[in-house]
Amino acid sequence: MAQTKPNYLPRAVSRVQRGRESSLSACSFHAASINPFLKSLNRNLKPIYSPAPRPPLLIRRRRRSMAFSKDQLLARLQELKIEFLSCDHPAVMTVEEQAKYVGHLGGALSKNLFLKDKKHRLYIISALANTKVDLKILSQRLGLGKGGLRMAPEEALPEILHVALGSVTPFSLINESARSVSLLLDKGFKSQRYCLFHPLTNEVTIALTPSDFDKFLLSIGREPAYVDLEDCPVVGKDNPPDLAYLVPAEALNLPGGADKVPPTSAPAQTNATLEQKTKQPTQKPKEPSKEQKQKSGKDKINADAVADSTNVEKFVEKVLEKVSNVFISELSKQSNAEDGNIKDHMLEGVKQRVSSDLLSMTMTLKNSVYAQGFHAGIESTLYPLANKKIVERK
Amino acid sequence: MASTTGETLAAAEPIADGRTEEGEEEQVVNPWEVSAKGGKIDYDKLVDKFGCQRLDESLIQRFERITGRRAHVFLRRGLFFAHRDLSDILDAYERGEKFYLYTGRGPSSESLHLGHLVPFMFTKYLQDVFKVPLVIQLTDDEKCMWKGLSVEESERLARENAKDIIACGFDIERTFIFADFSYMSPPIYKNIVRIANCVTGNKIVGIFGLTLEDYGGKFFFPYIQAAPSFPSSFPHIFSGKYSKLRCLIPCAIDQDPYFRMTRDVAPRLSYHKPALIESKFFPALQGESGKMSASDPNSAIYVTDSLKDIKNKVNRYAFSGGQDTIEKQRKFGANLEVDVPVKYLNFFLDDDAELLSIKEKYGSGAMLTGEVKARLIEVLSEIVERHQRARAAVTEEMVDAFMAVRPLPRMFG
Repeated sequence: MAQTKPNYLPRAVSRVQRGRESSLSACSFHAASINPFLKSLNRNLKPIYSPAPRPPLLIRRRRRSMAFSKDQLLARLQELKIEFLSCDHPAVMTVEEQAKYVGHLGGALSKNLFLKDKKHRLYIISALANTKVDLKILSQRLGLGKGGLRMAPEEALPEILHVALGSVTPFSLINESARSVSLLLDKGFKSQRYCLFHPLTNEVTIALTPSDFDKFLLSIGREPAYVDLEDCPVVGKDNPPDLAYLVPAEALNLPGGADKVPPTSAPAQTNATLEQKTKQPTQKPKEPSKEQKQKSGKDKINADAVADSTNVEKFVEKVLEKVSNVFISELSKQSNAEDGNIKDHMLEGVKQRVSSDLLSMTMTLKNSVYAQGFHAGIESTLYPLANKKIVERK
Repeated sequence: MASTTGETLAAAEPIADGRTEEGEEEQVVNPWEVSAKGGKIDYDKLVDKFGCQRLDESLIQRFERITGRRAHVFLRRGLFFAHRDLSDILDAYERGEKFYLYTGRGPSSESLHLGHLVPFMFTKYLQDVFKVPLVIQLTDDEKCMWKGLSVEESERLARENAKDIIACGFDIERTFIFADFSYMSPPIYKNIVRIANCVTGNKIVGIFGLTLEDYGGKFFFPYIQAAPSFPSSFPHIFSGKYSKLRCLIPCAIDQDPYFRMTRDVAPRLSYHKPALIESKFFPALQGESGKMSASDPNSAIYVTDSLKDIKNKVNRYAFSGGQDTIEKQRKFGANLEVDVPVKYLNFFLDDDAELLSIKEKYGSGAMLTGEVKARLIEVLSEIVERHQRARAAVTEEMVDAFMAVRPLPRMFG
């Protein structure tokens, strides 16, 4: 469904030719902040838009393949009640250029790197302009070895992030195609008053508070990961890579490379016994042979583990074994070793009599738990924004 | 028309009302009536007449070899005794080719008895040992047509029966239960029409004994019961590489006519013929006179019976093959051929050694009727109690989840 702009936004301001002299005149403000600091800057310009009580959120039905545009992103920010300043300028390819137009805002400019590792997993590193980013050290901290991180191929930008060259931004993670891209944020952002990012195009810069930025990330299902990018701990046997938790679980089908296709997750999420369900066994109907060839040993182990943990018969077997072992050892304390056969016989008899009931009870538990999870899954589709990742994956 | 295995519909069709050309009454076995001369069903004749095969010892051993565990008590004791193409299914399974199970119930009443549960208990065993998915059809439309129930009542009964079926212990990760009224949708309806285009009214009359006086729905229903044998009726479960999956149907032998027709149609729609594994009828408490009847509460043990009811029914109504007096019993022993408690123990007592011992002692007179009945009451009580406990735990949400049209990603896992 096409996204229509809410009618309280003015029509798009076209690019203005400008010289270098006045950066103020070069920008036009679309959304005014009610922050007094910024208001003092923009004394001559009346806020065109002020956050008024909004109509209820639209539940959008978006096809998976549609890429977000800048306007859609900005509309989404407004929906989330995130205040931001937006500034148009000519296309900028470097932070220095960008600074010429928006440096006066006093916010923190960001440099954004789009990287990949040897296993074709993708990362965006968003750092303050003057933070030193050492890819070698970061690669080790992520557990990728010494030369693990490289710049991502150019084609990946339009394919995965749906942005053009020079426009890498954390906001591109709003796209479904970027769901497996890991985001590392400079912890220095947290202490800034404003952070500046490109909103999916390098012809615009927006400024928003760090907490609002976190709010945005949470709304797209991302936990903001702030990292001290300049820290260089020694990674070794006693010091495991401290950023390993940020390595994505899935690798992506990068253009120009034949890679693993990300497995989809099972629809129902239930409690303890079924929580490990994250990967579907390789039975995707449309491309069986390709996936079977590329199913790594790790996936097989995961699928088997899930199969084991949801298998009622195996569960009952384990329970009975545990009880028998304990029972035998307790019995041995009481009577002597000659009664060994009697004990075993008795135990067999007990197991026989109790198995059917245990199996029935365990199956009841499994079915009840699945049913609860199933309904939770259905209900969670009523909250599409918060469950965006899960809802839109289908 | 002849099918490739040589079985022909014409040769295999029994005349529905059981009369031979001479006008004698023979045994009648069809989906709506089961009766026999003298009360005892001749299963050998039935197998010959229908054209299915007996399930022999070698197949049972094959079961045990393939599944790695002892065969189900119903197989070992011959309750499931006939089949069609079961060896093909086992061959394919050994080659790594999977299959799915299809069974069903006509929800005509709210109260189920143990005889109703038999195919479900066996199907659960099949699901567990082969780790394959299962679809269960609740034919509420059939009961609407044949029993004159209202649509709403049929739907309600279907849902109630679904709870008892779930209580048999099916795995929700591998089971899809559906009622005809709510599941009718493009995929299954298209298959129904494709099947309908292959079978003339004449054939239906021949197989099911209908006349032009019967309502038209009865002519159409057999196609509805046939459709779930084809995996494309369930595209949400079987798609892609499973779109031509084989099907195995555990059922009672009176359902054979439906599936004879289906097997005939299958090659014309380029599907595998569904395989069948068929059971005898569970004897009524009063003795071998055909199926248990829902209208006579004392003819069977119901799943809602209390322990006291079970004790009462077995003691009072279970037909005994023992002698009239204790002295005679000790001298001559019991007639095991007609003794109902022993027949029941045959099917529900898993311990082979104990069963053998009971038969010997009872047959020789060392054991009395009362003792045998007491053992049977114990065994039945355990089963019924387990079922009741499981049934109590079935919630509306669970039924909804079982009946939800959802993929089953771990159905072979």
